[in-house]
Amino acid sequence: MPDAIVLAAARFGFLILLWVFVFAVVGVMRRDIFGARQSSLVAVPRGVKFPSSGKPAKAKRGKTPSQLVIVEGALAGTRIPLKENVITFGRAEDSTVVLSDDYASTRHAQLAPRAGQWLLEDLGSTNGTYLDGAKVTEPACVSIGAPIRIGRTVFELRS
Amino acid sequence: MSTAALAVASQGAARDRPRHRNTELLLLLGVIGVATVLAAAVVVALHANITLDVVYLPLSIGAAFLVLHIAVRFFAPYADPVILPCAALINTIGITFIWRLSLGSVTGNRRTDFSIFTGQGFRQLLWLFCATAAFIAVLWVVRDHRTLARFSYTAGFLGVALVMLPAMLPSSISEVNGAKIWVRLGGLSVQPGEFAKLALLVFFASYLVAKRDVLSLASKRFMGIDFPRGRDLGPVVAAWAVSLLVLVFESDLGTSLMYFGIFISMLYVATERTSWLLIGLGLFGAGAVLAWTAFSRVHLRVDIWLHPFHDPNASGFQIVQSLFGLGTGGLFGTGPGAGNPESLNQYASSDFIVATVGEEVGLFGLAGVLMLYLIIAQRGIRSSLDVRDSFGKLLGAGLSFSLVLQVFVIVGGVSKLIPLTGLTTPLLSYGGSSLVANWCLIALLIRLSDSARKPPGQRPAVLQLRHALTEVISR
Repeated sequence: MPDAIVLAAARFGFLILLWVFVFAVVGVMRRDIFGARQSSLVAVPRGVKFPSSGKPAKAKRGKTPSQLVIVEGALAGTRIPLKENVITFGRAEDSTVVLSDDYASTRHAQLAPRAGQWLLEDLGSTNGTYLDGAKVTEPACVSIGAPIRIGRTVFELRS
Repeated sequence: MSTAALAVASQGAARDRPRHRNTELLLLLGVIGVATVLAAAVVVALHANITLDVVYLPLSIGAAFLVLHIAVRFFAPYADPVILPCAALINTIGITFIWRLSLGSVTGNRRTDFSIFTGQGFRQLLWLFCATAAFIAVLWVVRDHRTLARFSYTAGFLGVALVMLPAMLPSSISEVNGAKIWVRLGGLSVQPGEFAKLALLVFFASYLVAKRDVLSLASKRFMGIDFPRGRDLGPVVAAWAVSLLVLVFESDLGTSLMYFGIFISMLYVATERTSWLLIGLGLFGAGAVLAWTAFSRVHLRVDIWLHPFHDPNASGFQIVQSLFGLGTGGLFGTGPGAGNPESLNQYASSDFIVATVGEEVGLFGLAGVLMLYLIIAQRGIRSSLDVRDSFGKLLGAGLSFSLVLQVFVIVGGVSKLIPLTGLTTPLLSYGGSSLVANWCLIALLIRLSDSARKPPGQRPAVLQLRHALTEVISR
């Protein structure tokens, strides 16, 4: 009986379309959340071999930091997406993050990606760079959530 | 002030942050598709044949949503792309089912023509056009949500005035079925309480931003929980008293419960103190017992809730019919148009729209609709996390919470989880004030998500007094 088929098609067609819509929306939300993370996958330098084939070795619970957030200071709230580029801090105009802070040096510090980790290096600043409260004397791995302090500004890596 | 310039290397990338406006458009076209299938299903079930006339209703609803989409493109280009389509789909399902109710049923009286120009469905469609205008007006006037914070006490006064207005008016104007929540002038009836909700949300948010330090810092520790000082209890007791007054003068259980719930949740969001939730629950319990003993109306509602089948043809009629409807629907429903929801009489399209929808599309369909509410609230709370000012955070959390609390109270009532109270289902049920007010709520959420997702370069700078240096000016 064709009527019954049409009826059933109409009846379940709506339910199916409703849920297809719900999943489409969830898909959009998912891309919205994870889109940034996918674009910030850190490139491994050519010719260098790493045991875990590009996956971050010690990254916290498998999370890769995707942004640098300024948590304290004049620029608090600013987020900088982490790409493959080195991020430099200082009073110099060409720094990634220009700090016009009396306690910051012209070329103060830099944050560079190495094998899925971000290394913080002090560039010979006058007042020093602090990671987790300790002065940075040699390049140090920055884990997610550890505060980096330069003068009055505090940064954090977030996933 | 320490002027700090920021030169982000990836500024170009930040400027080009995807706006997802085309995603929103695609989802809205999907909404029109779902609406067409739903309208066709209704007509097939009732008349066993389809003509092209069936597309008029989905297309006119869709036209209104496309206008909303264009307004968002102009006034809030970075807004969240899923809030508008989800609200649109809920509203589409609502209008289609209200229209469907005026067509009768397969077994009972059935209307032969299914033109869109008749019945409550058409009136709701006209209200949607009003709501479209209100939505655009809100986005156009409120360019930055922080301007709302300036009107804190004005909004509070306006809110209380709107709540109290029906109580002051004579019953002939304001009373419908025992609840004094209306203002009826000529053929037009308005529920001022629906708009009061928005005004009070703005007031709560700006008040709590100003007072939250006092409310969260000064405290006494007792049994591992920080309790506030006695004198800081003032505002929460005031909110409780106002809710009770609403109950006394307007016999409106749902509204008073909702205002109190919104205030407590925003207090919790502002102070992060569990003690406020405990105090709120305690006050709610006390108020509930007080209302139960003092008002026969509340007593009756609770009796119906506990023993609906005691008197299934009179006092328990509505809830019993609603439960039968949901039971008939089962998992997949009888199919749109194939049910018998008009047994709920005139409430099938207003208070009991959830039962109507549940009967015809079943648990799966109803769960889908509830998912849409959940998604809107999730996106609202997401935006309030991302937005940078405290007022915006509190307003976003309050708007989202008020939406889901209202859905919980009415769906819980219809499905006999809690005593039934007369509240409208946001965007779904019949009623002009509710529709216009809730589209204004959605407009505010879209405004908030727009400021939350704007790239930093385009955001107006937030004043950072904490880090400003004192400057001495010598004359």
